Amino acid sequence: MSSNVVSLDMPSGESGAQLPSRQHVTGFGFYLYLLSDGILFAALFAGFAVLRTATDGGPDGHVLFSARNAFIETACLLTSSFTCGIAMLACDRRNKFVALIGFLVTAVLGIVFLTLEIHEFADLIAKGDGPGRSAFLSSFFTLVSTHGLHVTCGLLWLGVLLVQFLLRGFTPAILRRFLCFSLFWHVLDVVWIGVFTFVYLVGGYL
Amino acid sequence: MTAQQRHDPRRGESSTPGLESREAHGSFRGYIIGYVSAIALTIAAFAIAPSTSMAPFSVAAALAVLAIAQMLIHLIFFLHINTAPMQKTNILAFAAAMLIIAIVVIGSIWIMGHLNRNMLPMDHLMQMQR
Repeated sequence: MSSNVVSLDMPSGESGAQLPSRQHVTGFGFYLYLLSDGILFAALFAGFAVLRTATDGGPDGHVLFSARNAFIETACLLTSSFTCGIAMLACDRRNKFVALIGFLVTAVLGIVFLTLEIHEFADLIAKGDGPGRSAFLSSFFTLVSTHGLHVTCGLLWLGVLLVQFLLRGFTPAILRRFLCFSLFWHVLDVVWIGVFTFVYLVGGYL
Repeated sequence: MTAQQRHDPRRGESSTPGLESREAHGSFRGYIIGYVSAIALTIAAFAIAPSTSMAPFSVAAALAVLAIAQMLIHLIFFLHINTAPMQKTNILAFAAAMLIIAIVVIGSIWIMGHLNRNMLPMDHLMQMQR
């Protein structure tokens, strides 16, 4: 096993393997970033789990969270992850039209998700249950809005990428960026599974 | 499939689910399977959560199991981890991240739970300070 790890640095090692392509190296580096992002979210999840009962006499999850809203958000994000995958398949086949439609649907569903989340936050803050109300709400806002911030960055990234894609088509650089974006987007969906389960369902019902 | 193809290190394990196609980003079938099972697990989670016939602890345990199952579905079918030159390096990095995540989450909940249980109630502490 250790020889494999070493051979990442010295790719011309055994079995006469060719040099790993730029796409593989970039993909691997981005994958390591995503794992570290996962650790960031794990820390925020731990903070939320610890502070879940620290409501300071204020409202808790049973009162505040709407499972219906969380379900629509989940459906949006899951479907956008799926269409992102379909668009990547279209990139493999160099099908410009399907790739464009796939990424556009991904972007639209991401915007719908973000709109719902901003609406929910605005509602909470308008009712006086903003992040300053209790430690529970601070940890809730930190966790969920960090995820929302990632989605926002992903949408900006996708917008820039789509402009580049329309101007230049399937160049190796753009394919590489699409690969990184799709990894990023799928990981955001994985994080959201944790959010809707442990924040909205466990926090809202149990 | 020839033996030469099967041992191509860039293709990953041929038995890995979600990687049955030759393409770099999985197959259409893999995405459909992943999407449908993710939908099923999501609906199951939302259906189980309001249940009052089960003990709260068993509902929480069921939700945790469903969430982990869905995360695995995503990792296998959407995030097929074969972009690195060596699959083993990928798995190793993933395992290291999972270890850190487990230490952070389980350790925090464990330690803070103990502190919470062993600390004097807040009003007692306030009285002692007077």
